[in-house]
Amino acid sequence: MPTQKSEIRLMKGNEALAEAAIRAGLDAYFGYPITPQSEVLEYLTEQIPKRHGLVLQAESEVASINMVYGAAGAGARVMTSSSSPGISLMQEGISYIAAAELPCLIVNVVRGGPGLGTIQPSQGDYFQATKGGGHGDYRLIVLAPASVQEMCDFVFDAFKLAEKYRTPAMILSDGALGQMMEKVEFPEEGSLPHQVPTWATTGKKGRERNFITSLHIEPEKMEMINLHLQEKYKEIEKNEVRYETFNIDDAEIVLVAFGLPARICQKAMELARDKGIKVGLVRPITLFPFPKKILSDISKKVNNFLVIELNAGQMVEDVMLAANGRCPVHFKGRMGGMIIQPEDILEEIEKIVEQPIMQE
Amino acid sequence: MQQEILLDGMECVYQKPATLTDDYLHYCPGCGHAVAHKILMEVVQEMDIQEDIVGVAPVGCSVFAYNYMNIDMQEAAHGRASAVATGIKRVLPEKYVFSYQGDGDLAAIGTAETIHTVNRGENILIVFINNGIYGMTGGQMAPTSLLGQKTSTSPYGRDVEHNGYPLKITDLVAQLPGAYYVTRQAVHTPNTVRKFKKAVKNAFEYQKLKKGTCFIEVVSNCPSGWKITPKETIQYLEEKMFPFYPLGDLKVPGQSKN
Repeated sequence: MPTQKSEIRLMKGNEALAEAAIRAGLDAYFGYPITPQSEVLEYLTEQIPKRHGLVLQAESEVASINMVYGAAGAGARVMTSSSSPGISLMQEGISYIAAAELPCLIVNVVRGGPGLGTIQPSQGDYFQATKGGGHGDYRLIVLAPASVQEMCDFVFDAFKLAEKYRTPAMILSDGALGQMMEKVEFPEEGSLPHQVPTWATTGKKGRERNFITSLHIEPEKMEMINLHLQEKYKEIEKNEVRYETFNIDDAEIVLVAFGLPARICQKAMELARDKGIKVGLVRPITLFPFPKKILSDISKKVNNFLVIELNAGQMVEDVMLAANGRCPVHFKGRMGGMIIQPEDILEEIEKIVEQPIMQE
Repeated sequence: MQQEILLDGMECVYQKPATLTDDYLHYCPGCGHAVAHKILMEVVQEMDIQEDIVGVAPVGCSVFAYNYMNIDMQEAAHGRASAVATGIKRVLPEKYVFSYQGDGDLAAIGTAETIHTVNRGENILIVFINNGIYGMTGGQMAPTSLLGQKTSTSPYGRDVEHNGYPLKITDLVAQLPGAYYVTRQAVHTPNTVRKFKKAVKNAFEYQKLKKGTCFIEVVSNCPSGWKITPKETIQYLEEKMFPFYPLGDLKVPGQSKN
């Protein structure tokens, strides 16, 4: 199969992500069907036999994530994808992968919960993605796409970051981004070379044996491992924060939203500015590391933050920590698969700035 | 490569294989794990595949197998060893891959992974140590504990009404078309050790053929968990365990029951 050139296509988010993974040099994918992300597995099972790599439908998400562990430990560039209930099943394995310092990509195309919930889009897994999710002190690098283009681009970024820091990276998408079609420009294949790392278990040829484990019975050793992991997360926080800002220079009220709601907020921001309300927007792209500094800086000069999420209020807690009491932090969200409208956000903005508007 | 040992004129008649590390085994005196480890590693040495093999250790007493086996290894989450081994084998299809699992790991929490790994016919070896008890956590009832067997969580004996039957998972596995070679062995006498070694050798030879999963159950003992002496465990094996878990081949290449 010849190498794929760069090209522009109209595609679903899930399929764009799958195509990007092949172009990013994916060695192996292990997954289990679940709506609204099954197109990832379907696309890969159709394409990979004609191109390169390996795709295997596992008997469960539990098995998938442990196959990812094995393949990552053997030095492969490897990924899985699922949606909320399936990601919950993977949490034990993700904790092991983080503890054993194995790079991999985990994609969560989030649906409404809790429980079996709904197949509609949600951001209800923010806590799970950014605060650990499984047991023990660990973090994932979490990237939040807001377009089909970013469903493609972040695959490359996630593999790069995961391999650079030997840690699992997550793309936290949602059911709408997974299902909707947009124009997407794919880079040429082969832009992300991959070498089998020296620590991988590939057979102890010409070296001491390698072993992958997360078991450290002596508490002194276990504490050292934990300190090492925390150092690594600090390094990630220092180097890898990503965010976008819009109109924050003159803003009196700043919206904060990640993923798809950030695009809805852009429309709300335009509607508000048409009415003469100076609204800005911060869109965190990395949810861990969280863009604390920019929010902290902004909190010193604006009157209000308004956080918009498709959940009951999760990232708002991180915005509050960043604002540290310097300005009020408001929240507006929809849950259970419902999507907030620009007009809802505008109404909330007007409520917050009611007094200044009347003065004008 | 064998270690050089200075014997001051004496003839060396036995030494452990270089595929075992010099670490002291943490296993209880009389436990079958040590023998099973050694035999596995003897075969790896004799077949000269130390540089081409990756093992998977489970959660259970053999969780530290990677401390003793001088090969590349991965430690898996409880029950997931065969899924981890699948991940390794699928990206390193030319390497030898095996998992080493106990009864709680393979036949309780990891039943789904076990059945589906074999059903896919993964070209790996699964070594299943069945001692009918959770050794590492202190002697609780296992899926393979015998009816009437007293454990710390079946203190009045395993009751079929309440706990159900001991699971003969090896018999289940043998039914699957993905299984290429299924055998039940032991390591409590010189004769059974020799047979086990032959089975391991067969399994690794078969792995090269890429015809499916090889599965070796070792009906073994647990003096600490059974709360009897190592010598008494031999008697228990022969009088109680083997009648329920009879030794021998369940499926051999060319004699498929399916």
